[in-house]
Amino acid sequence: MSLLSLRGLRTSIGQYAVLHDVSIEVPEGGVFVLLGRNGAGKTTTLRSVMGLWSPSPASVFFRGRDLSGMHTADIARLGIAFVPENMGIFGGLSVAENMVLATRTGQFDKSRLAYVQALFPALEKFWDSRAGSLSGGQKQMLAVARAIIEPRELILVDEPTKGLAPAIVDAMADAFAEIGQNTTILLVEQNFQFARRLGRDMAVIDDGRIVHAGSMAEFAANADLQDRLLGLAV
Amino acid sequence: MIGLIGKLGGVNLLPVAVMLVGLVLIGAPSSWVTLTVAGLAMGMMVFLMASGLSLVFGLMDVLNFGHSAFVSFGAFVAASVLAGLSGWLSAPSVLLNVAALALALIAALAFGLAAGLFFERVIIKPVYKDHLRQILITMGALIVSEQIILALWGGTPITVHRPAFLEGAWIIGDVSIEIYRGFAFALGLIVFAALYVMLNRTRLGLLIRAGVENREMVEALGFRIDRLFVGVFMLGSALAALGGAMWAGYQTLITPALGGEMMIVVFIVVIIGGLGSIEGTLLGALMVGLISNYVGFLAPKLALASNMILMMAILMWRPSGLRPAVK
Amino acid sequence: MTTTSTYGSIAVKLMVLLIAAALLFAPFLFQDVRSVEVAARICIFIVLVASYDLLIGYTGIVSFAHTMFFGFGAYGAAILLKQMGPGWGPVVLGGLAGIALSLVIAVAIGLLSLRVKAIFFAMITLAAASVALVLASQLSHLTGGEDGITYSAPDLFKPATKLLVDADGKVMKIAGVRMNGKIAAYYFVFASSAVLFALMLRLVGSPLGTVLKAIRENEARAEAIGYRVVAYRTFVFCISAVVASLAGTIYAVWLKYTGPETALSFDIMIDILLMVVIGGMGTMWGPVIGATLLVIAQYYLRDLMGVAAEAVSSVPVLPELLNPDRWLFWLGILFILLVYFFPKGIAGTAMEKGVRQ
Repeated sequence: MSLLSLRGLRTSIGQYAVLHDVSIEVPEGGVFVLLGRNGAGKTTTLRSVMGLWSPSPASVFFRGRDLSGMHTADIARLGIAFVPENMGIFGGLSVAENMVLATRTGQFDKSRLAYVQALFPALEKFWDSRAGSLSGGQKQMLAVARAIIEPRELILVDEPTKGLAPAIVDAMADAFAEIGQNTTILLVEQNFQFARRLGRDMAVIDDGRIVHAGSMAEFAANADLQDRLLGLAV
Repeated sequence: MIGLIGKLGGVNLLPVAVMLVGLVLIGAPSSWVTLTVAGLAMGMMVFLMASGLSLVFGLMDVLNFGHSAFVSFGAFVAASVLAGLSGWLSAPSVLLNVAALALALIAALAFGLAAGLFFERVIIKPVYKDHLRQILITMGALIVSEQIILALWGGTPITVHRPAFLEGAWIIGDVSIEIYRGFAFALGLIVFAALYVMLNRTRLGLLIRAGVENREMVEALGFRIDRLFVGVFMLGSALAALGGAMWAGYQTLITPALGGEMMIVVFIVVIIGGLGSIEGTLLGALMVGLISNYVGFLAPKLALASNMILMMAILMWRPSGLRPAVK
Repeated sequence: MTTTSTYGSIAVKLMVLLIAAALLFAPFLFQDVRSVEVAARICIFIVLVASYDLLIGYTGIVSFAHTMFFGFGAYGAAILLKQMGPGWGPVVLGGLAGIALSLVIAVAIGLLSLRVKAIFFAMITLAAASVALVLASQLSHLTGGEDGITYSAPDLFKPATKLLVDADGKVMKIAGVRMNGKIAAYYFVFASSAVLFALMLRLVGSPLGTVLKAIRENEARAEAIGYRVVAYRTFVFCISAVVASLAGTIYAVWLKYTGPETALSFDIMIDILLMVVIGGMGTMWGPVIGATLLVIAQYYLRDLMGVAAEAVSSVPVLPELLNPDRWLFWLGILFILLVYFFPKGIAGTAMEKGVRQ
């Protein structure tokens, strides 16, 4: 059974229908990449899973459980973490406070904290600084660190490389590869070069519909397909 | 120069600047001290009334135009309790005095908590995220609340009995300080300190501060902000009622128009201070309290208008207020 | 909003037509002083509420300063009529002064608050309105303070003026109604209200009305398309302020008295809110229905409540709530229920019903 299944998901924001028919099966383990152009519906898909937009009834299943209609907080409690496109950092709070908020109890698990800090050494350095004063890359690291400070089953990540310097993108890729070893990641990307390094399975969304699904290796080898679906000039 | 001001506390110094300007304009130190104490006391009472409104707005983007109903109810509930216990108030025993006052304030607080719960669940919950209807509905609730107060307590002014131990004034040289004002200031300061500790030192406060910044993200981390919000709303309502109760004792003569009058001051305070932060609210409240008293002394007719002018000036300088919450 | 005509929208328009006809012939239909008083008040409030609807219904922002602008117009005319004596000069000058003051303040409030947050606007207008109210009662040498100002209207409107005379030199009667200054005053109110209402109707039908609707539906999108939302909102705020001010001037001429109770008090603001919500926001027809219903209720419902209060006088609290002075209690509850269940008001709800095949 898939960890996350979207079955004919439709989502409207106000009076605008954004998602018309999104069906994907995200298997347990590894990184699943959802590719698509700007405005194709990638972010809306993640937000619908999280319950931040209302999905159509019986369209989102996590371990077979229907998530549609559930409150965002309850969805999160099932073990789903969300790293939004704007990173969702609390800029007025310290890095430490941002991290502690992501724990259910308000207490860090010592070894887990050490693991996360080893993954993102910059965070330890700025532990007591205001999160708002971090650089873009550091904020992104904080956002990811927050998502994994306690073990989660599924992490939804929205365009983590947007606006980051190439060196930081590399560091990010390494971190996701590491995290993906014991957590499932649903990664939304426009940056294909970044995505192909990580993804095992993938799908392409366009105009609110899934237009292609398959393995990343196959897709990466098929330049025609990439050109047709993503309009990449590579 | 600007760097120095920033190091000394930046906008936090504004009330001090207002005090200094007041001293220059008023001249006589003894009048100035009296007015300053009155201004600080008023500021603290207005802070009680305004803090909840500001937090509620910051956390849930809900602006409650009916907030002043809690102030009025607090005032009238406390006045009724004090009237009922008038025997205790005039008793020579300070203990009985204190007990009567405490009961009156607790009654106002309890009423505020209950009314806040009712208001949030019945009036506001159906119109989250819809500002137009929110403003209209809460305004409608305000109209109804005022009518209930008129029906229960009548339209004629009611005298508020003060406990004996808060009557009178401390005389230091040629300066006299009303004891009640000192008490109001101290109570306000304690509430501020408690709120500050709650917001900055507890996990609940951390959730509230994070929720003010980005409600969605706190929910995505697994916390029900809407449930937290009910609590904050009730707390805010209770503080408003407490502020109203203290204000009733300060005025000693109250009418149902009290809520409406204070609402304007409260709005000006939260706009000046910046919505969503209690530090900003305290700053705004102190400045409004001081300026009201100074101008009331120097040019009585301009008292309310002066607050309006202050608000306009600050909005031109900082469109989101002095210390808005980070959004 | 759909433009397809429904039986409901036809019914609404018929009702408006009926109200207009009743107002046109009011002095002949209801030949007592109180009824004509009611009819004139309805005319003024239709204009006042419609101008408020321009703001709340067509831009979705809430102002609590509408009465303030109404008051500026009323006090402008009243002060000059008092100081300069009856005549058209003071009416025109006072009206213009009211408009000028309204414009200055509307621009200041609009630019200060609309660019920050729409919710600031509601709070700031409320604060401004209460400052105006306090100033009016404090500057008593100019405004008469709490007592207000009593003055004479232009000669044409004096009851002794004979508009038409019969063969004997007495005031002519048509259908039993004396053709005196009182009739002239009523038709002055009716005609100027009708003109103002027609102008507003024209405005919402123009391209500007379309832009306003676009902004109301989706502010971010309208901004993205390139509409300058703040500029449009400030502009509409100014228009609605000017119309409110003019309505105030007309009312001042009709009443021959201006005071805080008739021109500035917050009760009038509450009346306006009730009328626009009950009638229906964003339709222009709604204000006509809302104003008519509520003014009639104000004059006649209170009598009814007095009777009801008598009837339950033995029950505790209830008579107090049925006291005619407490009628706002019931209206307030009605208001809340309407905003919950029928946010489009009578006109908006009716116009959606009965879609024609």
